[in-house]
Amino acid sequence: MSQTFYKKGFLALAVTAALGTTGLAQADLKIGVAGPMTGANATFGQQYMKGAQAAADAINAAGGVNGDTIVLVPGDDACEPKQAVAVANKLVDQDKVVGVVGHFCSSSTIPASEVYADAGVIAITPGSTNPTVTERGLTAMLRMCGRDDQQGIVAGDYIVDILKAKKVAVINDKDTYGKGLADATSAQLTKRGVKPILEEGLTRGEKDFSALVTKIRASGAEVVFFGGLHPEAGPLVRQLREQGLKDVKFVSDDGIVTDDFVTTAGGAQFVDGVYMTFGADPRLLPGSKTVVDEFRKSGYEPEGYTLYAYASVQALAAGFAGAKSTKGEDAAKWLKAHSVNTVMGEKSWDSKGDLKVSDYVMYQWDAAGKYKQLDKQK
Amino acid sequence: MMDGIFLQQMINGLTLGSVYGLIAIGYTMVYGIIGMINFAHGDVYMVSCYLAAIGLAVLSYFGLESFPFLILGTLIFTIVVTAVYGLVIERVAYKPLRNSTRLAPLISAIGISLILQNYVQIAQGSRQQGVPTLLEGGWRFDFAKGFVQISFTKLFIIIAAFVGMAVLTYIIKYTKLGRMCRATQQDRKMASILGINTDRVISYVFIIGAAMAALAGVLVTMNYGTFDFYAGFIIGIKAFTAAVLGGIGSLPGAMLGGLILGVAESQFSGLVNSDYKDVFSFGLLVLILIFRPQGLLGRPLVTKV
Repeated sequence: MSQTFYKKGFLALAVTAALGTTGLAQADLKIGVAGPMTGANATFGQQYMKGAQAAADAINAAGGVNGDTIVLVPGDDACEPKQAVAVANKLVDQDKVVGVVGHFCSSSTIPASEVYADAGVIAITPGSTNPTVTERGLTAMLRMCGRDDQQGIVAGDYIVDILKAKKVAVINDKDTYGKGLADATSAQLTKRGVKPILEEGLTRGEKDFSALVTKIRASGAEVVFFGGLHPEAGPLVRQLREQGLKDVKFVSDDGIVTDDFVTTAGGAQFVDGVYMTFGADPRLLPGSKTVVDEFRKSGYEPEGYTLYAYASVQALAAGFAGAKSTKGEDAAKWLKAHSVNTVMGEKSWDSKGDLKVSDYVMYQWDAAGKYKQLDKQK
Repeated sequence: MMDGIFLQQMINGLTLGSVYGLIAIGYTMVYGIIGMINFAHGDVYMVSCYLAAIGLAVLSYFGLESFPFLILGTLIFTIVVTAVYGLVIERVAYKPLRNSTRLAPLISAIGISLILQNYVQIAQGSRQQGVPTLLEGGWRFDFAKGFVQISFTKLFIIIAAFVGMAVLTYIIKYTKLGRMCRATQQDRKMASILGINTDRVISYVFIIGAAMAALAGVLVTMNYGTFDFYAGFIIGIKAFTAAVLGGIGSLPGAMLGGLILGVAESQFSGLVNSDYKDVFSFGLLVLILIFRPQGLLGRPLVTKV
């Protein structure tokens, strides 16, 4: 169906045709789910899709939003800023979504959110933690996660208070998210009197970090903080261990929250003892039990961002229902004024679109390749 | 202390450089013989990473556990299958375009590169793949201050790369096939007049290039243990740079270029800053091309009339 066909005013006909193909009787409420569905970070896109789909199914089963059925439209940005803009344009122009759950990489969310703002579409990101996402005065851009300046504080404090390190190397992947987080952690470390002895960047997509590892070895660092994602974190920690740096503690972030981290590190023996910051595990909350059980029954473990995406869809639905409007501006205004009961508990947002309460905690990987929340936090 | 670290960075650089060099051979030989940059070569290497993992998995499934046999079996399997890829790509994408403009096979190569990436992405999934460590341990030399360490895997990479290069150099210099390759490189028309089946020679060159990339793929898979369908992109660009640095069309140049690039990257990361290591290596490339446009070991371009 061509674009001009819509524009000529046959909208009603087109909608009927679309309904005919999907076989739905009610009106559709289209929500885009944008993230890396392909590419090196596709795991996170799959988590988004699984979570969002389950939430949409549950809401539809309970009568939908104001009587409308939620229909999800996936959008693949592959964590590429250019593709993110193209996907955002497609979602608003072609698919006519009224809300977006996405994106994942901050470097994708930031340019894409401009497109949503121009189109008056509300967006909630389950995973983009770079501060800039909500710092540009966009009224309908919200987060379901914390911010890197909050995450960096937790990581920095943990390194100083619990790991009691004096020499820290801070590595980043030169991307918006990784660099932003590494900078936030460096700032907190410096504030606490532990100035990083080494601050370096590596290139995303490379696998050989041996030169960097040798440099870390030469610096005598006790703790390595890495701001980045698992495709680079895995080889980095493996090469650290292989070069004989067995006692150096490796601290990373919410970009490695996936079983694939074990694969990229070449086995569970290399991830043993790795620390990472992430929001308090939503799977442990009492409110998420039924949803988590539902996922497990279908043979899927709702790890990482699955429940974040679930909660994002719930928040969008609550916003549309509460504001009795699908205009991004109205829904965002309603969400910022009210709190929403999601699978991750009661959530409320400040005027910028950040969560009022962030809940970063420290996790640790074990020799079996699993991670769990640490008891000793502060 | 400086000595230990400097030496360690040399080892890091030589390992990385050997891999660049092996892949650079594919670029340089194809360019030397048909004057075309085979942009799909990096992706042929990527395919070989997957094949190496498949080979390892299949062989260990059948109970082959001793390291030498396992790695030998995987090498043979990977090199043979990757060579078939190289041959098929040449037949399908480049041979029909042999007598068209020079840009046509270049575009065709970019197309093949995309096809390979997407094919692997669909067939194997877009997630990161990995293999467990095969060869553990290494040698450690202690000094008064600090130490230098070389893992057996790294040693194996350097040795295997040099053996591969030596075998290839022997083939090109002393065998009939090598003479045919050199003749075709010097003057394709004349070589065919003298009875050399140049089309077949070109096919051989693609097979050799793919085989060398396969060797690199097995070695890298052993060492880093992780790869995805996009793995050929960055390393392909680096290997191409190495080929240009050493003088495109020159076989020893490719290996030398690879080693220089690897060592330059490592030493620059170690001594200055790893953020700008690519800036440094490409800066080096620009400098060398200004003063020696044909590359370090390349022959100056003579316009044929």
